[in-house]
Amino acid sequence: MFAGAPQYLVSGLTQGAAYGLIGLGFTMIFNTTGIINFAQGEFVMLGGMLSVCLLGAGLPLPLAIVLACLATAAIGGLMERLAIRPIAGAPAVNAVIITIGVSILLRGGAMLAFGKDTHALPAFSGTAPILALGAAIQPQSLWVLAVTLALLAALKLFFTATIQGKAMLACSCQKKAASLVGISVARMALLSFAISGLIGATAGAILAPITMTAYDVGMMLGLKGFAACILGGLGNPFGAAAGGLVLGVLESFGAGFIASGYKDAFAFVVLLLLLFVKPSGLFGKAGVERV
Amino acid sequence: MKLPVIGQNAAQAALFLLLLLAVPYTLPNEYYLSICILGALNAVIAVGLNLLMGYAGQVSLGHAAFYGLGAYATAIATARFGLPIPAGMAIGVSLATVVAWVVAAPTLKLKGHYLAMATLGFGIIVSIVFNEAVDLTGGPSGYVGIPRLALFGYEFASDHSYYNLMAVVLTFVVLLSLNLMKSRTGRALRALHVSEKAAASLGVDIAAHKRFVFVLSAALAGLAGVLYAHYLSFIAPASFGFGFSVQLVVMVVLGGMASVWGSVAGALFLTALPEALREFEDIDILVYGAILVLTIMFLPDGLAGGLSRLSRRLRRLRRQGDAS
Repeated sequence: MFAGAPQYLVSGLTQGAAYGLIGLGFTMIFNTTGIINFAQGEFVMLGGMLSVCLLGAGLPLPLAIVLACLATAAIGGLMERLAIRPIAGAPAVNAVIITIGVSILLRGGAMLAFGKDTHALPAFSGTAPILALGAAIQPQSLWVLAVTLALLAALKLFFTATIQGKAMLACSCQKKAASLVGISVARMALLSFAISGLIGATAGAILAPITMTAYDVGMMLGLKGFAACILGGLGNPFGAAAGGLVLGVLESFGAGFIASGYKDAFAFVVLLLLLFVKPSGLFGKAGVERV
Repeated sequence: MKLPVIGQNAAQAALFLLLLLAVPYTLPNEYYLSICILGALNAVIAVGLNLLMGYAGQVSLGHAAFYGLGAYATAIATARFGLPIPAGMAIGVSLATVVAWVVAAPTLKLKGHYLAMATLGFGIIVSIVFNEAVDLTGGPSGYVGIPRLALFGYEFASDHSYYNLMAVVLTFVVLLSLNLMKSRTGRALRALHVSEKAAASLGVDIAAHKRFVFVLSAALAGLAGVLYAHYLSFIAPASFGFGFSVQLVVMVVLGGMASVWGSVAGALFLTALPEALREFEDIDILVYGAILVLTIMFLPDGLAGGLSRLSRRLRRLRRQGDAS
């Protein structure tokens, strides 16, 4: 019965790495602004769809992907500037509704621009599976894992070794104190939306050869990313990445051993049970509330 | 003469009912009437959800599930097992209520975004069950052959009669909510919204109050689901998914948090908007998104807040006019 386990583990980790990246995007924005960005999934969709589109326009694959990610980062920044910053000071729920509106806009725009067809990006380095440990590993899976690790390392470096990263970290600790020491909180919010767009689009582009992409894939991927960062403890970027991996593996085992139709349900059932037992996620600190 | 609060609410509700009953005579055709019926159904859910979100401050991203539970329960009870319609309706509302009661205890312990996640997860699980339990629910293609509503020997066969029924139901729900919020329970809910610790120190049983309002809002969603099933006689899981849960939250926020009338306005507005945008054809979804974003940007406290600000400004202008 457990013969398929290594295979499920590999596909779960691959999918989970992507969820982790999406969750990372949520965390970036949440930490600097306190907003849950419902358009995060659309960033992922844009990463995949723009890559497909640019590739179709004759650009080489690596260039197409880089441009797609940069374009999505720009869209993220624009979104903050045009839709989020003007309502600074309004209740967080208003900002969340705005992100829902923006996600509808992005999805609608993608539908008009790219059509309703499902597209696949070619795998980055062929599709000949590598046989190891009883599992057939697609080279693309290795790409996904490697890119995820590279991005995590880059973020770690960004937060610990650059002034911008430290400033962003300061914003997530205490906005007022950060602005007192001369950090522009508004600029950090802009930067976090742009980075979030970049990370989301990267996830979309590396995932597109495996799961295909279409104008409407954003919603479910966004939900999974949100689930990943809740699972890992909201606010902790590396928790989000770990949460994504856990979610991906759970889902893959659920689909393999229980019933594939219920794979999404299985992941959410485990998530709910976990939340009931540990209300602040796997790696979240139990909050101390001041009255 | 100033009426006591309960009387004021009743007077407002009576006026509202008269207004609703008059609407069909101004509509050019039956099609608009069906949109009004759907709008009233959505308004019932939105008013209930606002009790939970706007007054008690507890988010739910899974209310479409209760709507769906009500609809599927009565559909299966009446169409498959041949139970009488009132029994099916009672089963539908009870199922939504009981499920909410069970889910409430562990879920409402969570706060903020974790609560949003848990309700969202619950909603998704329920909608996956609607899709996958094909033997019971008919799966993604939906459930057909649900009988049209008939109560006490009267069949609500025409859309006009169904609309009148919905007008009465919606008015009743509005009146119930208005009165509830003026009651001791309503004050307790508002208190726990501001600070659970402070409310608890004044003797408010936090867990019980949260559970009460959660179950009440779920029961109202279940009621709407039951009425939806017996109106359309066809239901499909797509109507009860995450997208609809989000739409309900948008109705509440767009209408104005903690405003019963705001939720009614938000629900009617968001139900009618896609229909009004039909003429934009391909770009209707873009216009819809843009209107959503702009409304929240320029009316941060929703339609209700916008209207009350407008009326205040008008009153001030009139007073200035009187003075000069």
